[in-house]
Amino acid sequence: MLEIHDLLNRLEAELKRIIIERQLTDPLMIGIRTGGVWIAEQMHERLNISEPLGLLDISFYRDDFSQIGVNPNVKPSQLPPQIEGRNIILIDDVFYTGRTIRAALNEIFDYGRPNQVVLAVLIERDGRQIPLCPDCAGASITLTAGQRIKLTGPEPLAIHLQTLDAAA
Amino acid sequence: MTDNLQLNSEGKLKHFLTIEGLNKSLLTEILDIAESFIGMNDQQIKKVPLLRGKTIVNLFFENSTRTRTTFELAAKRLSADVLSMSISTSSTSKGESLLDTIRNLEAMFVDMFVVRHGISGAAHFIAQQTAPHISVINAGDGQHAHPTQAMLDIFTIRQIKKDFANLKVAIIGDILHSRVARSQIQALNILGAAEIRVIAPKTLLPSHVESLGVNVSHNLTAGLKDIDVIIMLRLQKERMSSALLPSESEYFKCFGLTEDKLKIAKPDAIVMHPGPINRGVEIDSKVADGPQSVILKQVSNGIAIRMAIMAMAMQKQGVM
Repeated sequence: MLEIHDLLNRLEAELKRIIIERQLTDPLMIGIRTGGVWIAEQMHERLNISEPLGLLDISFYRDDFSQIGVNPNVKPSQLPPQIEGRNIILIDDVFYTGRTIRAALNEIFDYGRPNQVVLAVLIERDGRQIPLCPDCAGASITLTAGQRIKLTGPEPLAIHLQTLDAAA
Repeated sequence: MTDNLQLNSEGKLKHFLTIEGLNKSLLTEILDIAESFIGMNDQQIKKVPLLRGKTIVNLFFENSTRTRTTFELAAKRLSADVLSMSISTSSTSKGESLLDTIRNLEAMFVDMFVVRHGISGAAHFIAQQTAPHISVINAGDGQHAHPTQAMLDIFTIRQIKKDFANLKVAIIGDILHSRVARSQIQALNILGAAEIRVIAPKTLLPSHVESLGVNVSHNLTAGLKDIDVIIMLRLQKERMSSALLPSESEYFKCFGLTEDKLKIAKPDAIVMHPGPINRGVEIDSKVADGPQSVILKQVSNGIAIRMAIMAMAMQKQGVM
């Protein structure tokens, strides 16, 4: 069963491990809108990072613009002016196809050239479509056909495992 | 004239020709998306990949500096390939018709035309005639409309004043010949501005101007009272010859915005001008360069608003 507090605890422990392992000194944490920001806010507080959380909106970097157009709810990204040489912890809620992360990396690199980027997600699920994967996750799961994960939040933060129409 | 031509079957923007016929939610969507493009100015690489591989042609049959360059920059920041054509230097001067020019450019696989033309309705005409996959943006047609200028003005107003509901806006000067004023009035009315006041000599106002949804004043001193936003229009000097006005200095005395007259408006009023400015004709330099002036902010905002409009018009257009 997916229990949000267990997942957050697990992710926190994983992040602490990777910060040491990868020597992420003075890390900059960035959350991907919307769900990723909710998770990042939690981790930002738990890890006691003093620098404000960076917010990334990948709408302008998506690869499906020609199919779905501009997201009318796009918000400005808020990253510090100095990305160059930084150690970045990038946070998202669910890792699925990898396309969101591809877009996020492209956007981050348009702000500057970081030293390292590590990817932490609350849940890694199956269904990867490009050769990217998270460095740490609160859980890794395999879903059956028609199942999907949805995060709601920010207060209260909750995970829902939904089963779509059986015919799907 | 309603321009359903501007919207596709799903109600999304296909062409951007006039403010007329667009609703509040679409205008707000343009403003919101533009707001996010402003954030891009923090990027080291000021580019997003939205329009990679698209070709945009700036088709300028009339002179322009600000509009053409900001359209060009906007397209480049969206990663499109841009071609800027000043038509006086091209084939039309050799007698090629407008439609032939369009057909030839279509044959070069372009995706969008940004059109400025001295004749009202030119952009509309091109939108009707061009291939179905091509979008057309009006960058000013005759005395009809200049909708992207109006949108960047509205965007600048919203940035500073936040809300239109209690806003009193004065538009001052040559309303009669101004495509900018016409588009501004439409946009402000759609967004629900509390009052739009046009201030001008009788000779520079269209007949039945009240029917546009504005109040009219012929006196700058009286008209500026309680105003939150002052929009000055360029006095088109070519009008002077047509005997609509006695002289530039006379005009400045009656309708030029000076520091003293600015004090009549609300203390936090902002001063706008679509450019180019005639210093000492419609506006005093001290006001144009003063702390209440947002004229250069308008120019910067022109890039973001044009990015938003071009990106929206280029999204997938339903089932062809």
